[in-house]
Amino acid sequence: MEPFKRTTGVVAPLDRANVDTDQIIPKQFLKRIERSGYGPFLFYDWRRQGGFILDRPEYQGATFLVTGPNFGCGSSREHAAWSLLDAGFRAVIAPSFSDIFKSNGFRSGLLPVELPETAVRQLIDLAVRQPGIEITVDLESSLISLPARGESSGWEADFSVDPFFRECLLNGWDEVALTLRQDADIARYESTRPGWLPISR
Amino acid sequence: MGRTMASKIWDAHRVAAPEGEPDLLYVDLHLVHEVTSPQAFESLRLNDRRVRRPELTLATMDHDVPTRGGRAAADEVAERQMSALEENCRRAGIRLFGMGSARQGIVHVIGPELGLTQPGMLIVCGDSHTSTHGAFGALAFGIGTSEVEHVLATQCLRQRRPRAMAVTVEGALPMGVTAKDVALGIIARIGVAGGRGHVIEYRGSTIRGLSMEGRMTVCNMTIEAGARAGMIAPDETTFAYMKGREYAPRPDQWEAAVASWRALATDAGAGFEHEVAIDAGRLEPYVSWGTNPGQSVPVTGSVPSPSTETDERALRYMALEPGTAMESISIDRVFIGSCTNARLEDLRIAASVVRGHNVHPKVRAMVVPGSASVKRQAESEGLDAIFRDAGFEWRDAGCSMCLGMNPDILRPGERCASTSNRNFEGRQGSGGRTHLVSPPMAAAAAIAGHLVDVREFN
Repeated sequence: MEPFKRTTGVVAPLDRANVDTDQIIPKQFLKRIERSGYGPFLFYDWRRQGGFILDRPEYQGATFLVTGPNFGCGSSREHAAWSLLDAGFRAVIAPSFSDIFKSNGFRSGLLPVELPETAVRQLIDLAVRQPGIEITVDLESSLISLPARGESSGWEADFSVDPFFRECLLNGWDEVALTLRQDADIARYESTRPGWLPISR
Repeated sequence: MGRTMASKIWDAHRVAAPEGEPDLLYVDLHLVHEVTSPQAFESLRLNDRRVRRPELTLATMDHDVPTRGGRAAADEVAERQMSALEENCRRAGIRLFGMGSARQGIVHVIGPELGLTQPGMLIVCGDSHTSTHGAFGALAFGIGTSEVEHVLATQCLRQRRPRAMAVTVEGALPMGVTAKDVALGIIARIGVAGGRGHVIEYRGSTIRGLSMEGRMTVCNMTIEAGARAGMIAPDETTFAYMKGREYAPRPDQWEAAVASWRALATDAGAGFEHEVAIDAGRLEPYVSWGTNPGQSVPVTGSVPSPSTETDERALRYMALEPGTAMESISIDRVFIGSCTNARLEDLRIAASVVRGHNVHPKVRAMVVPGSASVKRQAESEGLDAIFRDAGFEWRDAGCSMCLGMNPDILRPGERCASTSNRNFEGRQGSGGRTHLVSPPMAAAAAIAGHLVDVREFN
């Protein structure tokens, strides 16, 4: 997993609530057996309808998506996180995420940032009014910031992230490797399991 | 202060609880299917890691499989995915019930019917509807592919303990109201994010009165309320369902197993962070009108006026006008199937509505049994003949048009009464419009050609 420390880039707004993973990556693209190559199919149906906000030239190459509550609800498909990563996104900022999407984000290197509704609203408005605006997401200091420039005043918001996944993301740790070190604990637990539990043989 | 059932199961599966970190939990059963596993197996290979406990893992094919014409009907990409699963299972020594197996079926149908799903277990699968297995008093939840890899390699998962929510449903269900309507009624009440961060325990006399099939329907839809897991305390109904199933405890283990299952129920005095009470007597057959499962109304109602931008968007997508009576909405397709509603009981109740009628000439209707076993049992009871005689297509088992990864999809603009779980935009086919209903409501709609109140239907 690529570490996430501090990244600066364009923020693109998607002002919708309950964006489900079927919209993020429709099912016809789940038949691939690879982890990459999903970027071109991100929000496929919405893009095909034309006039989709993320297709505006100012948001091309965006690094951050700011969006409405309960982002990533529905299907557990991690392909949703992979498609965002593959399209160049490194973090999604929203008032809330579905439990599974949030977990998939942490585990695939797409940082889910939860901010209060009012802060998300401000950021969406900024991204709409000043398309192409760049923000910095700093996981080390847990701060999102937009520097003051000319007439525009700056903006910032702090956020908190599960400390375990924060460490994993900052260091690019492989969670499986961490757990494999606990082999003795796992083996000890296994010796205590009841005998009637099923085996699939 | 007692403990909830979810807490008891959680504590019993804790391998390690490092300070400040998520708990490391042991997984009793890992269910695997063709769509969310190939990248996990690939990553194991790249890192030279083995599958720790292949015998605690079971694989099937369900998402991609064609429901007629056999495997030859699969497209090239789906075939590649199925072959990859076969190869991955062969290398790792994982039991696979693939296409053509007598035990193949939707992963959340076969686990319970084989007796693999048992009370007190921790069960995961790379599929959000894993919540289904909570109907047995198991802690069961959907995971992503990175977690699939983690479980394959370690048989464990790191998780933060979720909050506890109690949804208590009391009273007798009115005629024509099914477990599906209980689920849709709960989601309409708490919303599609109402259960986020929680495990929901369903309680009360209505829930205790449901069959195992009905309980599975309720727990299945838990994820549509935003909760990763839903569960119901095991009782005599559970034990009677399990006894004698292929993977259930052997006769000499049975009493010890049941004694431990009885101890799982939430203690008196255990606290829930949130509690919701529902009066079963006020539930009606529900129909969804929008593009998420929380957007539903009783079938006697009408399309509501939009109160948010989300509602407006949904109405545009569904091509519906506020104030339209739900029963006046014509349909093109009917789908009876999915891990929500494709068990034998679902097919029986749908067949009882269909018997002696014909599918409306403008409607194309299909029944997709949840498993090869459900299909055989239904055929032995003559249910297939009832459906076929009425003009339904009778298919092979799979996820089918619930998510349209196989050839069974809606065409753009087609409107479907569906017993599945998600009415998201394009879910059943790009541009398709889904109305979620119970099996008897879907059967009645197929005959009437429009959404109809099954209680008035004859």
